[in-house]
Amino acid sequence: MISVEGLIAKYGERVVLHGLDFQVGEGELVGLLGPNGSGKTTLLHCLSRVVRLHTGSVAVAGRELSTYPTQELAQVEASVPQRLEISFPFKCIEVVLMGRYPHQHAFGSDSDEDLAVAMEAMRLTDTLDLAQRRITEISGGEAQRVIIARALAQEAKIMLLDEATANLDVAHKMQMFDLFLEKNKQGATFLCAMHDLNLASLYCQRLIFLKQGRIRVDGPTMETFTEENLSNIYETEVRIIPHPDSGAPQAMFVPGESKAQGA
Amino acid sequence: MRLRLAASRRAFILGLLILAMLSLVSVLGATGIGRLPIPWKTVIGAIGEGLGLVQSGTVERMPLVVVFDIRLSRVVLSFLVGSALGVAGSVFQGILRNPLADPFTIGVASGAAFGAALAFALGWGGTSYLGLGTIPLLALFGALGALALVLMFGRVQGRLRRDTLVLAGIVVATFLSALIALIKALDEEAVSAIVFWVMGSFQGRGWIHVGFSLPYLILGIYLVVKCARELDILTLGEVQARQLGVEVERVRRRLLVGASLLTAAAVSVSGVIGFVGLVVPHLVRMTMGAAHQRLIVLSAFLGGLGLLWSDVVARTLLRGGEELPVGVVTALVGGPFFCLLLKRRSGGVILD
Repeated sequence: MISVEGLIAKYGERVVLHGLDFQVGEGELVGLLGPNGSGKTTLLHCLSRVVRLHTGSVAVAGRELSTYPTQELAQVEASVPQRLEISFPFKCIEVVLMGRYPHQHAFGSDSDEDLAVAMEAMRLTDTLDLAQRRITEISGGEAQRVIIARALAQEAKIMLLDEATANLDVAHKMQMFDLFLEKNKQGATFLCAMHDLNLASLYCQRLIFLKQGRIRVDGPTMETFTEENLSNIYETEVRIIPHPDSGAPQAMFVPGESKAQGA
Repeated sequence: MRLRLAASRRAFILGLLILAMLSLVSVLGATGIGRLPIPWKTVIGAIGEGLGLVQSGTVERMPLVVVFDIRLSRVVLSFLVGSALGVAGSVFQGILRNPLADPFTIGVASGAAFGAALAFALGWGGTSYLGLGTIPLLALFGALGALALVLMFGRVQGRLRRDTLVLAGIVVATFLSALIALIKALDEEAVSAIVFWVMGSFQGRGWIHVGFSLPYLILGIYLVVKCARELDILTLGEVQARQLGVEVERVRRRLLVGASLLTAAAVSVSGVIGFVGLVVPHLVRMTMGAAHQRLIVLSAFLGGLGLLWSDVVARTLLRGGEELPVGVVTALVGGPFFCLLLKRRSGGVILD
């Protein structure tokens, strides 16, 4: 579904991604982990063609990324950003309907189908009550669920999430990831940049760890979510215990053992 | 849900109808008002005759000239200019993602003012071509020239960015203002003409000015209305707009050119009239929401109405028959009103 070869990305002279190679198959749910500044967001921006690739090739759904018309790409890929930066009082339903843009023609208006898709997306994200409220007047967590609804309304095969649930409370975090899992079972492919290690372990089948713009570890969650990997990558002491119900590895941190603070 | 959307559409259409009716009534009403009050029956008769709908000779020569040639043309022009500024303001605020932007933020007005100042200094102020005068022509060139400069400097690595656009606008505007100051310093006779022009006025404007600005207004409106949906998405920022499938570069350039054409057309026939393009989109957004298709249409009507009545005030307020520059009226009314708007909206919108 996503195929990346020799991807190098730069901001000016600063190299952010140093030659990445990986593939994500159809129907995978992959966690993209790594410390701040490791290049997660840049990678997602490369995949959604926000940042221009400097070298390397990226293919999405079997087609070279650069050959997609912009609108068509948005039919294949939907992105959820970390947060919404908006200073205009759009109604939430209008924001969700923006997710239908990739499927609309010039001068067109929202069809009944667009509205139905948007409302279904709002129902799934528990935001239907907010439909007529202004996006500037609801809480950050509510707005975040509205953007997730917007991405769902795109009906894309690939979902690129950038800390999509970081601002949500625990209940909504779990609710959203249950929803992603459900969509994943229906065939959608997910690549999720995350900071919440334990949430990643609970939901992702495979983890890709980035550090300083390079892939350090890439493999099934059970094999890669180890004390050694996590301690090395995050430069802090980590203990792993199994989740009492599912047995998924969960990370416990040790106070006072951070190596990141410059000695 | 579906019902509520239908209700909101009905509210929009109702608002539109009311504004359209008000506009029609205002045009007729404002035409009757002046130093020589003319009853509304004569007004309608004269307009009918002027448009060739009624047999000539029904209305006396004097009221006919006053109503049709002098007042109606001016009323229509002030409405069109107000509409253009209202629409341009809502588009600039959207593109720049800043509710405090207005049609003059990126230097288009300074370009127009420079063109006009040049015309005055060269002594072309009185020259006319088909009764039009060189001022609007040079003002229009100045405005479009400034836009071209801003588009050129605002480009970084082939991309038109929002922050560099604003910076380029400030640089161009500041430089042109310096040139205007230079012209004023070198040619003291032109100073009062330049100052008066910059404050904005419809004095002595007629049908020729309507005809002059109309093509640019129509083209500008077409460009921005066609991209209204994309403009909605652009307010989410460049990154998200791209991810939602908007061709940011193309759309932004088109919107910028459209809104600048509207501004240029307005400024070239009327001077720099402030506050309409700032306050009107605000007011509409607060009451009818931010979706640009509606925002643009309603801002056009509200801007037109606002400036039409401001001009009536400008030409009738002083008893002696002297006129105030209409830009002074809009600033005097718009300034305090805008403060009130900002005060009432505590919290709410983030100004970034």
